[in-house]
Amino acid sequence: MRPHGPVDFQTRTYDYIRSPDQGAEPTARHPVVVVGAGPVGLTLAIDLAQHQVPVVLLDKDDTLSTGSRAICFAKRTLEIFDRLGCGERMVAKGVSWSVGKVFFRDEQIFSFNLLPKAGQQRPAFINLQQYYVEAYLVERVAELPLIDLRWKNEVIGVVRHADHAVLTVQTPDGPYQLRADYVAACDGSRSAIRELIGQQTSGRVFQDRFLIADVKMKLDHPAERWFWFDPSFHPHQSVLLHKQPDDVWRIDFQLGWDANPDEEKKPENIIPRVQALLANSTMKDAQFELEWASVYTFACSRMERFRHGRVIFAGDSAHALSPFGARGANSGVQDAENLAWKLALVVSNQAPDALLDTYGEEREPAAGENIRNSTRSTDFITPKSEVSRTFRDAVLELSRHHAFARPLVNTGRLSVPAILDDSPLNTPDAPDAPFDPCMRPGAVAVDAPVTLADGKDDWLLRQFGDQFTALVYGDDDLAERLQVAVEDLVPLRVLSVRAPPRGATVRTDLPGSVCDREGLVAERYDFLPGSVYLLRPDQHVCARWRRPSVEALRRALKRAIGLPGGDPL
Amino acid sequence: MRLITEPNLTAVDDFYEALIDAHRDLSIGESQALNARLVLLLANHIGALDVLKEALTAARAGAVPGGP
Ligand SMILES: Cc1cc2nc3c(=O)[nH]c(=O)nc-3n(C[C@H](O)[C@H](O)[C@H](O)COP(=O)(O)OP(=O)(O)OC[C@H]3O[C@@H](n4cnc5c(N)ncnc54)[C@H](O)[C@@H]3O)c2cc1C
Repeated sequence: MRPHGPVDFQTRTYDYIRSPDQGAEPTARHPVVVVGAGPVGLTLAIDLAQHQVPVVLLDKDDTLSTGSRAICFAKRTLEIFDRLGCGERMVAKGVSWSVGKVFFRDEQIFSFNLLPKAGQQRPAFINLQQYYVEAYLVERVAELPLIDLRWKNEVIGVVRHADHAVLTVQTPDGPYQLRADYVAACDGSRSAIRELIGQQTSGRVFQDRFLIADVKMKLDHPAERWFWFDPSFHPHQSVLLHKQPDDVWRIDFQLGWDANPDEEKKPENIIPRVQALLANSTMKDAQFELEWASVYTFACSRMERFRHGRVIFAGDSAHALSPFGARGANSGVQDAENLAWKLALVVSNQAPDALLDTYGEEREPAAGENIRNSTRSTDFITPKSEVSRTFRDAVLELSRHHAFARPLVNTGRLSVPAILDDSPLNTPDAPDAPFDPCMRPGAVAVDAPVTLADGKDDWLLRQFGDQFTALVYGDDDLAERLQVAVEDLVPLRVLSVRAPPRGATVRTDLPGSVCDREGLVAERYDFLPGSVYLLRPDQHVCARWRRPSVEALRRALKRAIGLPGGDPL
Repeated sequence: MRLITEPNLTAVDDFYEALIDAHRDLSIGESQALNARLVLLLANHIGALDVLKEALTAARAGAVPGGP
């Protein structure tokens, strides 16, 4: 139900409704129970429901994210939300920005412009408060009858068995039990489930503290990202200013390890910091109101393995990241997407349980990559030794005049999807049929403009749906042959891509085909007539050929869903 | 490419003099900062990570007791 008028998502609560499972005899059993309705659990539940899997989604609270927390949502996340039917709202509400400025002491040392890449629907990222993202996901959940979202249902016990797990759930009406074939633990960085099954994370805590303040002010200031190293209004530390919707500005103040978090959290101590920042800028007289603030110490850590039998971890429960580079929610949403289609195939008996092992095999290295990036940014922003600071300052100093030093300045690397290079689900390229390495097996499909059969302009990624897709370039007969060949395996959409209208052999009269309007599909996928890409439901490439036989496609599909008989020809 | 450790400077004594001159009248801290900038400039000029890593290993060997 969409509420009328403006809603304050910060104070919004959702109703606890007693479930018939409470007190049921025998204990109710469900194919999948997702624990935690944060961005990751919500994404997973929606994706599963779109794959026709019924889901019970439990959350211990009845509210959205407290404070805004995540604000930067990357292009890949928006593309996933598009497939899940709620990307448009996020982009419409979010702030798009592309200019970033970096200051050292009190001088601007350079600025950069991350212009959106031409010919892709979504920008590199948007800024949007986490509570909006969660609210829009919850609204999407409400449209999907297969999801049973239960607020104020806290998991307090887990017992694992060979083919299911039993959860004990606390509610305002007292505890009850649930049996689940699979449990997805999306219960955040302090995961109770992780603790209950005796697992830990390991990693590094950064010995520093950050004051994160969301400030409401009407500012005549462009939507730009400003990052200061060692400014005179906040000496020896860094400061970040970023714009969110509703005239809310995110300000991060690095405080140092010795700061007292309880003192720093007090409004009377925060306000002078904000005033000092404003006084030092063109925004001198801005009136502001504190919306939310908190003091954090950041850590980068992860579980060694994400799958523990019938209990599978995704998002912050599996890996904690520092916010530099905005990788927490963004990578968690990719975890969810990776897990959803695999769980759907397994619970519907279309794929063996072992397919779920590949979730860990793919997402554990991705977490490693995110931690590496996040750690490097943190080390640049908060150097931990004198030498490290000397080099950091040398980079900043040089970047004033020398272009070469600017890429070394690391205020957080933009979150991009991991390439699943070592995945056992990939069919390697045939050695005698070379392709450009960019879109190699493991990479995520990249967007491009297309024209549909009915003449409408649209985007390539929009055409993929929730199942496997075969992109066939410039050969309708091949497309037809491939379509029939795999009907007994798993659903496959064959999408025939035709050369730009200038070409001699264009037919836009066939359904299920798109025209490569600007030639960008061919360019980005290194297509020749007869080339085929096989894409998984999460839009990662798992195989490609210059001209595959039907048997080659069948084998690649089997391999991608963990069935035997998937060795390449 | 490999790190060149055979003589390669076009004018050894001129280079050495220029290096010491560049540090004239600087405090230790300022000198360290200069060295850091110098390393970064030279590293960018070299570009190749494998060569730079070889150089780092060779330089580090001088700092580790018992190193070659
Ligand atoms: C200051 C800050 C800035 C950040 N900025 C960014 C950013 O710009 N971009 C980005 O991508 N990420 C950012 N992050 C990280 C991001 O907020 C997290 O990665 C993200 O919230 C993780 O989502 P999640 O669903 O895994 O966990 P959470 O959001 O923590 O959700 C977990 C859910 O599980 C529920 N739960 C917990 N225990 C139980 C239980 N026992 N039973 C039932 N339910 C339970 C909780 O109520 C909660 O709803 C930032 C984080 C912080 C703190």
